[in-house]
This record gives sequence, structure tokens and C-alpha cells, in this order.
Amino acid sequence: MRTIHTDIIIDTVKDMCISANLYLAKDMEERLRYAAENEDGKLGKQIMNQLIENMEIAAKEEIPICQDTGMAVFFVNVGQDLHIEGMNITDAINEGVRRGYTEGYLRKSVVKDPLIRENTKDNTPAIIHYDIVPGDKLEITIAPKGFGSENMSKVYMLKPSDGVEGVKAAVLEAVKDAGPNACPPMVVGVGLGGDFELAAKLAKKALTREVTSHSPYEHIAKIEEELLEAINKTGIGPGGLGGKTTALAVNIETYATHIAGMPLAVNMCCHVNRHLTKVL
Amino acid sequence: MDSKKIVKVPFEKDVVKELRAGDYIYLTGTLYSARDAAHKRLYDSILDKESKGAVLTGGELYEEKVLPLDITGNIFYYLGPTPAKEGQVIGSAGPTTSSRMDKYTPLLLEKGLVGMIGKGKRNKDVIDAIVKNGAVYMAAVGGAGALLSKCIKESRVIAYDDLGTEAIREMKVEDFPVVVVIDSQGNNLYETAVEEYKKSI
Repeated sequence: MRTIHTDIIIDTVKDMCISANLYLAKDMEERLRYAAENEDGKLGKQIMNQLIENMEIAAKEEIPICQDTGMAVFFVNVGQDLHIEGMNITDAINEGVRRGYTEGYLRKSVVKDPLIRENTKDNTPAIIHYDIVPGDKLEITIAPKGFGSENMSKVYMLKPSDGVEGVKAAVLEAVKDAGPNACPPMVVGVGLGGDFELAAKLAKKALTREVTSHSPYEHIAKIEEELLEAINKTGIGPGGLGGKTTALAVNIETYATHIAGMPLAVNMCCHVNRHLTKVL
Repeated sequence: MDSKKIVKVPFEKDVVKELRAGDYIYLTGTLYSARDAAHKRLYDSILDKESKGAVLTGGELYEEKVLPLDITGNIFYYLGPTPAKEGQVIGSAGPTTSSRMDKYTPLLLEKGLVGMIGKGKRNKDVIDAIVKNGAVYMAAVGGAGALLSKCIKESRVIAYDDLGTEAIREMKVEDFPVVVVIDSQGNNLYETAVEEYKKSI
């Protein structure tokens, strides 16, 4: 059985927190540049150009792309043949977050209690989703999530009879309600199926997919394309100030569901859609 | 492109009335950072003081040490920056979503605040208060924190230090880019810009 020590996990997580907040993934960068070139709204074009300049300054001068360096959200795939030595894996990930957000000069945006609202001052705890998978590797994906867009996310408990049209109408409604608040151009993560909480988790996971990718299911990939086109016809545009680039991508993740239901979650993400994966 | 329109802040006399929704302007002068937690404190302090007696202006509230700054004529930037590294004035410094400040804004406008910079929609109460008090709401580009930090030349915490990133900072800015979204007549760019773009295509 393969063994890894949690010291490696701590160091890896620390580096990932910092990198994800300074450099956009290649797929996001390319998609933004393409959108900036093709934007035809007057203010929209100016805003897209500012976003490109911002991304370049962030990488060159190592300033976080956005001041909301997010809550640290993780998707961790643990190989069932892997033995983890040292401390508890959750404690190790949180230690990595603590070091990354402190040593990387990232903003500490987490409060300990939702009502008392006292800052934990080290951006912990993280939100960690584990999956047990075959093999002896540890795959860690980080998605630091800003809350300007998170606050505009929604869950709909649709009925089976709502069908494809119901799904599209709900996603479009969520995008229109989000408007300028979610820092468009946005990436729209959609979770369809499962139950109440799985739909939301899938929606978040959808945001970690490459923006240029499509669902492996033909009928879902078609909805992704049609929704992206419909969203970009709303005219909301960059910054919500008019233009053709309202969304950069619509990513849909699906799961089996109950005969009586069709849960749908829409997780909004701004143009600073940060995601980074490392395999240990 | 139109020539760069630089506007001094705090605004000189009557300037706020001339600003129109859709104006793309660059601010030079002094701004104050304040977001959720600072707003709640300012708001609670005013209500607490006034529940005990007379209605005071922003200046009077400052003189009586109810507020840590005189908000009269000033502009709030809805900002919680990342920490500055050695040699930096401030870390990443883009706007946060304004609607969370809607509850507190009409009272602050009544007490003399004259402008806000953030991103996203405002509710009807805020828009009405902007018109009533002759104020203005501007948007900076959401998610452009690295770029905007370069326009901040000085920054120091002047109140609520314990709030960390949410403390109130006095900031000297140069050529800080914003778009006027809601002007003193109540014109709202978020409503008109999208319609105009759709007509143009």
C-alpha cells in the first residue's frame, strides 16, 4: 500500500491557495481574451479590456486577481489503496489553507459563526468534499470561491414535467436576477438531478471543469450550448453594462434522481473562476 | 475613445449634479473604504445616539464622537482589500457587491454622505435617497482588484481597526476608473445600458 505523509498535503495545499489566487487557469485566460476581442458593447469592451489588464498585472506583480480570495473549497479524491500518515487529512488541508492565506497575503474572509460573525483570521475552516475512488493517488482540486457571485446562486426543486424548457427557464432566471451583482462575464455551474444537496454540490463541481469543455452526454452538451447562447442574448454584458459577453461558459453536471423530482442548482461564478488540481 | 475625464473627490460644488449615468470618469482625491461590518457599526451608532434625543447632522455626530469620521460630502468605496505586502500601499482592491449596504445607505446619505462606489444593483429606497439628497452611485469593475490597487497611492486605517479587512481606510486615489450608474436624477445605467445595447445590435 502506498503511503503519503500529511506534511506533503499541507505544503501542496498552501501553494495551491496562493497560485489559484494569482494566476487564472489557462482555459479561463484564453476564454477571457477571446471574449475581450469579440465584445462589441461600448462600455462592455472597456470593461473586458480592464479585466485583461487586471489579469496581467495580477500575474506579473503577484497581486491577487480579486480582493475576494474566497472561501477555500476543495474536491478531494482519495484513492482507496492510499494510506495517509501524520495527522487527520482534514486538519492537514486546513493547515495548508491557514499557511497559504497567511503567507500569501490573501484575504481572510471567513467568520466562525454565521450570526456572531467573528473573523477566524486565517480563512479556515475550508469546505472539503471527499470522494473515495479506485487507486492509490490523492487528487486535490481547489476552487477559492468569492461570495459576490455565490450570493446570487439558487436551488430549484423542479418537477419532472418541467422538462428541458423548465431547466433552461430556471437557469436564465437565475442569470438575469444575478445581473451585475455576480461580476459578469460569469461562468454558470449547473447541477441537475440527485437530491437537494447533491444538486448544489454538482453545480459547484461544474465550475471546476474547463470552461471550454462539454458534458459527455450529448443531450446535456446541447443544453449547455443553447443556454450559453440564450444567456449571451440577454445583453447584460461585462459588468452588467451592456454587451454580448454575459457568460463565458455554462457547465452542467448531472446525476440520477428520484421518479418524483428534478432538482436543479445554479452556482454562479464571476469571471475570476479559480480552479486548480494537483495529484499526489 | 473620448478624452479621459478626471473628477476631483470629494466633489467640488455642483459637480455631483452634473454627473450622468453612463459617464466613464476617473476619480482623483480622497475616498473612504467601508463595507458590511463598518456600515453596521456606523448605522447602529447613529440610531443609538438619536434614540436618546436630538437628530444630528453627520458633522455633529462626528464632533460628538458618535462617528469616527465626518461623512459629510465624502464618498464610500465598498472595499475589503487583501493585505499589503512589504512595499505595497494596499493589496488587491476591487469593489464588493453594493446591495448588502442597501439597508444602511439611506440613513448615511441623509447624514451627508454624497457618493458610493461598489458594484451591482441598488434597491428602491437607496435610489430614492440618492435623488432626495443629490448623491451619486458609481461602479468600479468587479474583479479587477489588482488593476484598481494601482490607482490607490496612500492608504491608512482611520477607524474600526479590529475589523481587519473591513476597517475604514482613508485612501488617496489617482485616476481611479468608475462608471456613473445612478445619478442624482435617478437615472439607472443598469436598466438603460442593457436596453440600449440590445437596440444597437
